[in-house]
Amino acid sequence: MTSLTGRWPGLRRPQRKYIPVLATLSLLAVMYGVGAVRYEAFSDGQVILNVFVDNAFLLVVAAGMTFVILTGGIDLSVGSVVALTTMLSASLLQEQGWPPYAVLPFVLFVGALLGFAMGCIIHYFEIQPFIVTLAGMFLARGLCYTISTSSIPITDPFWTSMAQSKVRFGEYFVSPSVIVALVVVIVGAYVLSHTRLGRNTYAIGGNPASALLMGLPVARTQITVYAISGFCSALGGVLLSFYMLSGYGLHAVGMELDAIAAVVIGGTLLTGGSGYLVGTVLGVLVLGVIQTIITFDGTLSSWWTKIVIGALLFVFILLQRVIGARKAR
Amino acid sequence: MAEPAAILAMTGITKEFPGVKALSDVDFRLFPGEVHALMGENGAGKSTLIKALTGVYDIDGGEILLEGEAVRFTGPLQAQQAGVSTVYQEINLCPNLSVAENIFIGREPRRLGAIQWKKIHRRATELLRRLRLDIDASALLGTYSIAVQQMVAIARAIDISAKVLIFDEPTSSLDAKECEQLFRVMRQLKDEGIAILFVTHFLDQVYEVTDRVTVLRNGRLVGERLTAELAQIDLVAMMIGKELEVLEQLDEQPKSSPAALQDASPVVAASELGRDGAVAPFNLAIHRGEVVGLAGLLGSGRTEVARLLFGADRADHGQIRVDGTTVAVRNPRTAMAHGIAFCSENRRTEGLVEDLTVRENIILALQAERGWSRPIPRRRQEELVDKYIKALRITPANPDMVVRNLSGGNQQKVLLARWLITEPRLLILDEPTRGIDVGAKAEIQRLVVSLADGGMAVLFISAELEEVLRLSHKIAVLRDRHLVTEMPNDGVDVEHVMRIIASGAAV
Ligand SMILES: Nc1ncnc2c1ncn2[C@@H]1O[C@H](COP(=O)(O)OP(=O)(O)OP(=O)(O)O)[C@@H](O)[C@H]1O
Ligand SMILES: [Mg+2]
Repeated sequence: MTSLTGRWPGLRRPQRKYIPVLATLSLLAVMYGVGAVRYEAFSDGQVILNVFVDNAFLLVVAAGMTFVILTGGIDLSVGSVVALTTMLSASLLQEQGWPPYAVLPFVLFVGALLGFAMGCIIHYFEIQPFIVTLAGMFLARGLCYTISTSSIPITDPFWTSMAQSKVRFGEYFVSPSVIVALVVVIVGAYVLSHTRLGRNTYAIGGNPASALLMGLPVARTQITVYAISGFCSALGGVLLSFYMLSGYGLHAVGMELDAIAAVVIGGTLLTGGSGYLVGTVLGVLVLGVIQTIITFDGTLSSWWTKIVIGALLFVFILLQRVIGARKAR
Repeated sequence: MAEPAAILAMTGITKEFPGVKALSDVDFRLFPGEVHALMGENGAGKSTLIKALTGVYDIDGGEILLEGEAVRFTGPLQAQQAGVSTVYQEINLCPNLSVAENIFIGREPRRLGAIQWKKIHRRATELLRRLRLDIDASALLGTYSIAVQQMVAIARAIDISAKVLIFDEPTSSLDAKECEQLFRVMRQLKDEGIAILFVTHFLDQVYEVTDRVTVLRNGRLVGERLTAELAQIDLVAMMIGKELEVLEQLDEQPKSSPAALQDASPVVAASELGRDGAVAPFNLAIHRGEVVGLAGLLGSGRTEVARLLFGADRADHGQIRVDGTTVAVRNPRTAMAHGIAFCSENRRTEGLVEDLTVRENIILALQAERGWSRPIPRRRQEELVDKYIKALRITPANPDMVVRNLSGGNQQKVLLARWLITEPRLLILDEPTRGIDVGAKAEIQRLVVSLADGGMAVLFISAELEEVLRLSHKIAVLRDRHLVTEMPNDGVDVEHVMRIIASGAAV
């Protein structure tokens, strides 16, 4: 019997459960190695930190997406909710004159509420998450244009300070958004591994009918998970508006797909029930490093990013399949 | 006899599904400190009664009193909180979580909202030890066999330490040793004053552990008796509503040994067939018209042998010969092409398509064999399906019913029908009578005999030795993933086989 009863449920059996995450980690290492060999400036530690800076909002959104995918669901509305949040923030700050401390909680609340509403529809009307969040995606994107059809620049001092300030460690630095994103990831990982909400999320992804018969609060969990995703999208939207200093209905187009790709490359099963937030962080980094390599190269068209991501997705889904097939026996 | 107050009293329970009246006006009571058997044929309404109690289904009429108070649970969660803990018929755990977590999920010990994993693992390990279950509490549940998963479900229910404990056919996938452990725990809980409702199709288990029996038939209450005062024959009569004929038929199974057939070359012969970690290389020959029984404890490699022959797992060693020529059975498709059919023990994950109808499920394998470009005419389909619905007594006898809505035992019959209909040359039956009522069991056994008489070779796997002995011409005994002996079934008795299983050597 293993006496090594660690506090983290996954750590005791590192072998199979962790293969997908380890695969992502090795992939990241290889890509970084390739980058470092080919481009001299690549090995500078700041390059990796910049990947975080440029993708902090994606990380937050993908963290929320991880919760949803763990239950076996999907949330296609995240990109639009991000855009809606930038738009709402910009409009409230610039046009309505709201102070930042009122705008922030309000837009986060709106995001969570949208998620909550979609969760309710998915659960109580038993409609496919795909369909419901697709509708949510159109709705949120459409709402952006009722606010304004053009981009609204943000000049609020708090926003600009968040955009420009740097958190320094010696010679290296990150933006405050990165800190926010890391806090989200840490809190999320803790919730997933150490709270009932988190464990119920895994249980539902494993077998929803069983979860119900075991007496788990399936309804509450499922709805909460979409609310979390909505909240994370809104927070991601706020971070994006720090980064862009504008609100625009065309921000974050297709971001839901990036988020899903990051989660899947991070080793979370699309069918639910298996995966870790650490994996999602690695997944986001993989996407970020691909972009960085292509930027460094200069000769490759940016469409190569998509091609590489597509190829990676195939590889990782196949990998999951292989591992899953072995697990079943 | 002065009776204590019932802890649970259900009166006039009525439940209707579209087109089926699953329960009509059923009364049921349960006393503290008793084990109460709920009996009835497949589809009698046992699982429905349980689900009506725990709030999985809304009832259309009737009253439920728990400790004298009227209750109507909105779902399993509420029932559990009120002290009614249930192991449902189909395993209801999450394969992607660890064993320990499956036992504790939803009621994890916490400090400041944080789950105390150490405590969970310690308590789970203790509990498993109490149940004499030698498994790793931190391993994923999905890596264990159905039987072990069943025991884990039982461990969970027991640990909830409810006032009312419900087991819906917990023993159908357990072997004798595991049943004994379960019964020991049941007796202990009973002494602690817990009321236990126990559904089973095994008559000897009823007499071994229960104090009282309630029998349902076609969704109606037939009666409630004290076990000690009810003769076995009367119990069967209550269940099937007929007098003894069925029981008599049960005993007169032929055990003829088709000696002549042994000379011909076997339909399927395995030589030194084996797979590392699953089953050691073995030799086995099955002739036309012969029933070969595979005996052995759970985990002894019975299912693994079947899977190798069917190509569901790839063999590392040895070969399979069909009619004397070596063939490569790489996957189930090639096995089927050679006339080998395999009716899996695991109907839920490897067998039925729950959302298709009975007819579609039955026709599936035959259609696959013919190829999809040659559909079977609807008339022919109906004829075939009707024939097997009758032969196996599938109820309701409605070919257009969605399989999901059938009772557990009837689902098993549908799966069986699917393979029978392909008229294979070798039929592998893995636990075909699990969860099946006495009447239908006799029916299936008779069917096996008549199929063999008609020239089919059958490999019959069952945890019930009596059944294996009754049907087989030849018996192969497995122990610890080795085929230890193969012998003709003349004058062999249960005890003899048990001794071989225990000692691992032919005696
Ligand atoms: N969800 C459902 N929809 C429609 N009919 C159903 C549903 N569940 C059960 N039934 C029907 O109700 C009847 C009783 O089923 P139930 O599962 O209670 O039988 P059972 O006594 O548990 O049988 P078994 O021994 O095979 O488990 C059956 O005829 C079954 O087909
Ligand atoms: Mg049942």
